[in-house]
Amino acid sequence: MERPRIHIGWLYPEYMNLYGDRGNIIVLTQRSRWHGLDPEVTQVRMGESADFARFDLLVIGGGQDREQALVAEDFVRVKARPLAEAIEDGLAVLAVCGGYQMLGKYFKTHTGELIRFSGILDLWTEAGRERMIGNCVIESDLFEGTRTIVGFENHSGRTYLGKGLRPLGRVLKGYGNNGADRTEGVVYKSTVGTYLLIQRALDRRYGGQVKIGALNDDLEMRAHEAIIARFGK
Amino acid sequence: MNLRSRMAVWMGKGLVTATRMAGRGGTTLPGAVARKVAPDLLRTLAAQPREGVVAVTGTNGKTTTAKMLSSICEAAGWGVAHNRAGANLIAGLTTALIQAADWKGRIDQSVGLLEIDEATMPRACQEVRPKVAVVTNFFRDQLDRFGELEHTVDLVARGLAHLAPGGRAVLNADDPNCARLGTRPGAEPLYYGLEVEGAGSGSASQAADARHCVQCGHPYEYAALYYAHLGQYRCPNCGHRRPKPQVYIDRLWDVDALGSSFRLVSLEGACEVRLQIPGLYNVYNALAAAAGAVALGLPLPAIRQGLEATTSQFGRMERITIDDRQVFMALVKNPAGFDSVIQTVMQAESRKNLVIAINDRYADGTDVSWLWDVDFEALAGHQDEINFIICTGRRAEDMAVRLKYAGIDVAKLSIEKDPGAAVKQGLRYIQSGDLLYILPTYTAMLQIRDLIARKGHTKKYWEV
Ligand SMILES: [Zn+2]
Repeated sequence: MERPRIHIGWLYPEYMNLYGDRGNIIVLTQRSRWHGLDPEVTQVRMGESADFARFDLLVIGGGQDREQALVAEDFVRVKARPLAEAIEDGLAVLAVCGGYQMLGKYFKTHTGELIRFSGILDLWTEAGRERMIGNCVIESDLFEGTRTIVGFENHSGRTYLGKGLRPLGRVLKGYGNNGADRTEGVVYKSTVGTYLLIQRALDRRYGGQVKIGALNDDLEMRAHEAIIARFGK
Repeated sequence: MNLRSRMAVWMGKGLVTATRMAGRGGTTLPGAVARKVAPDLLRTLAAQPREGVVAVTGTNGKTTTAKMLSSICEAAGWGVAHNRAGANLIAGLTTALIQAADWKGRIDQSVGLLEIDEATMPRACQEVRPKVAVVTNFFRDQLDRFGELEHTVDLVARGLAHLAPGGRAVLNADDPNCARLGTRPGAEPLYYGLEVEGAGSGSASQAADARHCVQCGHPYEYAALYYAHLGQYRCPNCGHRRPKPQVYIDRLWDVDALGSSFRLVSLEGACEVRLQIPGLYNVYNALAAAAGAVALGLPLPAIRQGLEATTSQFGRMERITIDDRQVFMALVKNPAGFDSVIQTVMQAESRKNLVIAINDRYADGTDVSWLWDVDFEALAGHQDEINFIICTGRRAEDMAVRLKYAGIDVAKLSIEKDPGAAVKQGLRYIQSGDLLYILPTYTAMLQIRDLIARKGHTKKYWEV
């Protein structure tokens, strides 16, 4: 029998690819393989038009202020419309850090420059003076039941969610969206935006008809528990 | 030197002795205390060396470059006051010069040689006023400490604004971020770079940092790509290009696990050098040191002699024998450096036994997500040659997870949180005559070095 395919899109890998973002692609493709699927990764670069509906999953990584400013024009002009439609349609999106900010209306940098995005989601970001850096533990009900998610955050942007948008979770340790309201990230349909470089793969069920079993996650859980033991109190 | 400064020197020297007797390195505390007594002390001490002070900064290769430059100066007959223990913040620089001074606070050495942390550059340069500043490169190392790369470049630029009158900025032409420092007013640039055909990896590594034009953001075209993002770049959009280096290497041969040979060209002429440290990045370090020496006015024979006499820094890449077991230790601190170490490990013919020690203390970088940018997949490609990999340190589990996702068979992985115990375990597992590779981050290296030093197999690190 042919292995079911899973098609992963990677937006702006040439610009939005900061510390460890590649790790999300590695994790998603490897777990797909271990689940018996056949993953295919397609890079969507600057200037290319994109039919986001053909992807099962889309990953957008982080970038420094400079990279975000570089892709903003292309994003608004070429990518934002079809992406908004695909998200409405339920496309699974993992947007981290700068990629998360791009889903919002704008990012105001520390120099006061306004980088406009098209507001796919009702959120916005403004840089603060202090960078929010460190290990972060949040509690989320994204999966069945409440569970913790650990990661590392490093951002100057304070992100605020509009009314009706649900955060990914509540901050137990760290800063989260803006260091003030104890929320972290956003969940909208199958789209997840977050500041955390999540070190555990998302346990998402890929595709409706393909049943996947459990993987051996002993090592992953040990890494998770080690951080919880240090910071999760 | 006034009485206050002299008291500060006495106090500093006393503390150096006291901390050493207590079995610690004593590289920062004495300087910090002495500065409290005489805030101007670093400035006063740094003003003394006849040939001035040389600053060495940049993300990768600071310590090795400084060590090579020190060796060159010594070959030229110059005495060197050098912070060789690698304590490169303000207090560490002060301690180093206190140690170099006599009890009257006088420094007799010809030149001060200071490895300086990038973030410390503005303040350090204001105080020591370097005659020459060597900048190695800019990588996205320790983003959690410095914030964005642009900020790091800016910190170094602010330092370069405080060079001594007539001072020279010695810059890596092959690194766009480094080369652009030469366009700022102030220091006159001296560029160095590789002009070798066919060297290097040929493809930009995943961790490449400046693949986009520093002026306009368009992707660069590379006529040659040597190491990570270092190469001969040109922007097809705005025309920004690599400056022509005045000090360069035009031939490279016999590149192997023991070292490399190259032809070094400067305005003065050319010479052939056999470097006894492996890795293309060490060729870059040697080139940076040579260019720094040219800026100081040192002759080619001394440069050659100094480079050839340099051997590996302990811990940064060193072989030691423990009983009849061979240990090879190489510091890992960022993706490009780790990639090179993996290449070196894979070149060896023997079976691979590894201890990878990852800490996340401040000096290591508290963010370990950089491990995902390292090409461990290359290691997994040689799966059959690997006996075992012991993951250790505060982030041992994260390391194990990364290796699992790289495709390493989990049966070959184990976790031992304590670096000392992991090394002992590794030594037990290998056979007589086998090699144990230890790849630690900075603070894990200190822990392991302590352990090995206690076994009496190496000098204490401040003597290196
Ligand atoms: Zn350009």
